[in-house]
Amino acid sequence: MGLKPVQGNFITTKFNNILGWARKFSLFHYPYVTACCGMEYMSAACAHFDIDRFGAGWTRFSPRQSDLLLVVGTISQKQAPVLKTVYDQMTEPKWVIALGACAVSGGIYDNYAVVQGLDQIIPVDVFVPGCPPRPEMILDGLLKLQEKIQKQEHDWRWKKRKS
Amino acid sequence: MEEKKVLDELKKKFPDEVLETSALFGDETVLIRKEALLDIIGALRKQPFEFTMLLDLTCVDFPGRAERLEMVYHLFSLALNRRLRIKVSLSEHAATVASLTRFWKNADWLEREAFDMFGIRFEGHPDLRRLFMYDGFEGYPLRKDYPLRKRQPKVPLKT
Repeated sequence: MGLKPVQGNFITTKFNNILGWARKFSLFHYPYVTACCGMEYMSAACAHFDIDRFGAGWTRFSPRQSDLLLVVGTISQKQAPVLKTVYDQMTEPKWVIALGACAVSGGIYDNYAVVQGLDQIIPVDVFVPGCPPRPEMILDGLLKLQEKIQKQEHDWRWKKRKS
Repeated sequence: MEEKKVLDELKKKFPDEVLETSALFGDETVLIRKEALLDIIGALRKQPFEFTMLLDLTCVDFPGRAERLEMVYHLFSLALNRRLRIKVSLSEHAATVASLTRFWKNADWLEREAFDMFGIRFEGHPDLRRLFMYDGFEGYPLRKDYPLRKRQPKVPLKT
């Protein structure tokens, strides 16, 4: 899922645009919350900083039913296999947002127990820094992801893909 | 003075086992031999001391000393509103001490944490295994000779 320009003719590009529009405004997210950033995620999800107005309001606590993995908080070495399993269980198309300094790069915990950044384990689409990030930043990250989804080439034909 | 009474009584009862006492800044501290731990704690739980609550159980690593590991116990007396700190020195090669699980249930996980982070074995502990780190982790992270940034990943990392 790179950012190369979409190939094809008028019909396929238009269909790609429609698919991008549909997918970006109907994200079911899986809040994989481990630490304090969860407070800011909850603020972003609740009424004041509403995440539902961007279409991403439906939380699904099952990897099979969600397409956006929101990794919020510190990931320890003990937790890493669990996260990998959850990510592998999600069905395509799937995206990952790393929320907070700990998920982005290990945060202030440069030690024996913490994975230094989520991209060491799974591919990440958007990094949202902050300790913790304000809810407006979380929503900004979501908007950036929506732009990315709109622009990317969607695989709408049934074919096996290596992830 | 009332504060000194606990230390004096303890020294009278166990003249050989109590190695040193101090009461700096209102913290009453007593350093004891590790063989006498259970006897002293048993005596402290009864009259006239009544230290019925274990607040904390941890360890400190002093790499310069011959007996580098030092167990620290914090006891609290609800009846007298008094705290007491008990220290036990252990050497690296004989890092075993009696378990306090027979007296207090909270010693269970506190001792598991001390085992996980410092490698101290507790005799008589019902289930001594790691608490924070995963089972295959090698080494004891909070000892001073464990490299700070040594990582042991459980999942193969990409970078």
